[in-house]
Amino acid sequence: MPFNVKCKLVKKEFLKDDICKMTILAPEIAKSAKPGQFLEIRVVDNIEPLLRRPISIYNVDKDKDEVEFIFQIKGNGTELLSKRREGELLDIMGPLGYGTFKFDGYKNIAIIGGGIGIFPLYELSKRAKNAGVNSSIYIGFRNKDLVMLEDEFKKVCDELILTTDDGSYAKKGFAINFLKEDAKQNKPDCIYACGPLPMLKAVQAFAKEENIPCQISLEERMACGIGVCLGCAVKYVGNDNVNYKHVCKNGPVFNATEVEI
Amino acid sequence: MNLEVNLAGMKMKNPITVASGTFGYGREFAEYIDLNKLGGIVTKGTSLKLKDGNKPPRVCETASGMLNAIGLQNPGVEYFMNYDLPWLRKFDTNIIVNACGNSIDEYVELSKILNTLDIDAVELNLSCPNVKAGCMAFGTSYEGVKEVTTQVRKALTSKPLIVKLTPNVTDITQPAKGAEDAGADGVSLINTLLAMKIDIDKQRPVLANNTGGLSGPAIKPVAVRMVYQVAQAVKIPILGLGGIVTGDDVIEFMLAGATAVSIGTGNFIAPDTSIKAIEGVEKYMKKHNIENLSDIIGKVQMN
Repeated sequence: MPFNVKCKLVKKEFLKDDICKMTILAPEIAKSAKPGQFLEIRVVDNIEPLLRRPISIYNVDKDKDEVEFIFQIKGNGTELLSKRREGELLDIMGPLGYGTFKFDGYKNIAIIGGGIGIFPLYELSKRAKNAGVNSSIYIGFRNKDLVMLEDEFKKVCDELILTTDDGSYAKKGFAINFLKEDAKQNKPDCIYACGPLPMLKAVQAFAKEENIPCQISLEERMACGIGVCLGCAVKYVGNDNVNYKHVCKNGPVFNATEVEI
Repeated sequence: MNLEVNLAGMKMKNPITVASGTFGYGREFAEYIDLNKLGGIVTKGTSLKLKDGNKPPRVCETASGMLNAIGLQNPGVEYFMNYDLPWLRKFDTNIIVNACGNSIDEYVELSKILNTLDIDAVELNLSCPNVKAGCMAFGTSYEGVKEVTTQVRKALTSKPLIVKLTPNVTDITQPAKGAEDAGADGVSLINTLLAMKIDIDKQRPVLANNTGGLSGPAIKPVAVRMVYQVAQAVKIPILGLGGIVTGDDVIEFMLAGATAVSIGTGNFIAPDTSIKAIEGVEKYMKKHNIENLSDIIGKVQMN
């Protein structure tokens, strides 16, 4: 059940110059949010910018009724949002998306993310860990300067493999290659992925090759966020009798075998 | 205070409807607002058979507006009548089906089916800019609109017929007269303005379809002008739309000559935009001591 609520901005911090983390007080959302879901956030209470910004949920604290999200400042909308002050009320719709990360029945999972794509994987990792699922997390960044949330992710898995493309920090190379190597010894029951398109394509191809269930989180230009404008279409190749599904409603998480990316 | 209006024979508790393509078939919004409060719901553009729509990206934001090139993706009329209509009918509001097609035959075939359904009116979509055949191809001339509307009118005998017009013309009163002369009960305007946005880094249009329809507050002044012009040119009532967000916007359209209005892109700003607009209209009526809202229709005094 989604809500449209005014949520108090409890805390704002910058993980990097252009990466902003916000904590909001949102009891309704915190109670019902599932891993992989997102929020539609009105950056200012005005008609310019016109559309809300879809931002994935990073962490949910049910005890404190708080929800955290992290976003990159990419344009005018996210910049305005990053300037909101602690104590202000944010107009938020959520939790949105019926396609969420699911790990029921799995004992051993691999989670892979790249760059700013790692944010929606945290809540999944945390819940899987709490449920006693054995997990390896692979997160990749282009270089040392872009590395973030290492300690946070370390706490919510059994093994964290951190990579940089240029080797300026931790392991050198693409995260997917380390996942492939490890899978030879220890094949995961399921792979979860979110990140840049080339990474998602590589993960999708690998999962198909090895016949490993795989759940990927997608993004697409979005307007309504609730499945009415049909803007955020993704090519669907699964069993339902349609050629397109929608990231906001059917996703953002899809079975990798059902979408063409 | 009385907010009732009568649009093309359709009694409405208030003049506020939600526009085609911005509200689906209502289910998603029912999680946020009480659909019973609306004067009407105009459904997603519905065709005879399922339509896939265009390749993504299909939408992007522009200054005080957005572009879309959805391509009329919809599940088809059979799915609508079996799945969505029975659900929609549980609400005390008018159901107006936006009908689209690629050929006159398709429009007629669809109208025959719609004629038998428990719906309150049909909005004939002759104005979608995002599909190659049909729609806007018929909608830009007096003759084109008259021809399709005449054929549809013969098939659609038991429901009010409202023809939705495109603003992508030199003189909007021409297609409006075509609709009136063919026996339409009303016209709705405006659909989106054909537009384009270029990604300057990729040096390509943002939308996969290259062009799309511009909507939102950015187009409101154009829509108000066109509603006024059409109101001077035809006698049939007008369903006005184009960038409406607030109650004040609704009043502006009604003064220009609209009997009722649709809120479209405004629904994306907040799910309760339509409800807030109704409240805004009530506030205006109180402030200006207006007992019957229908008294203000077309009452703009030109300079």
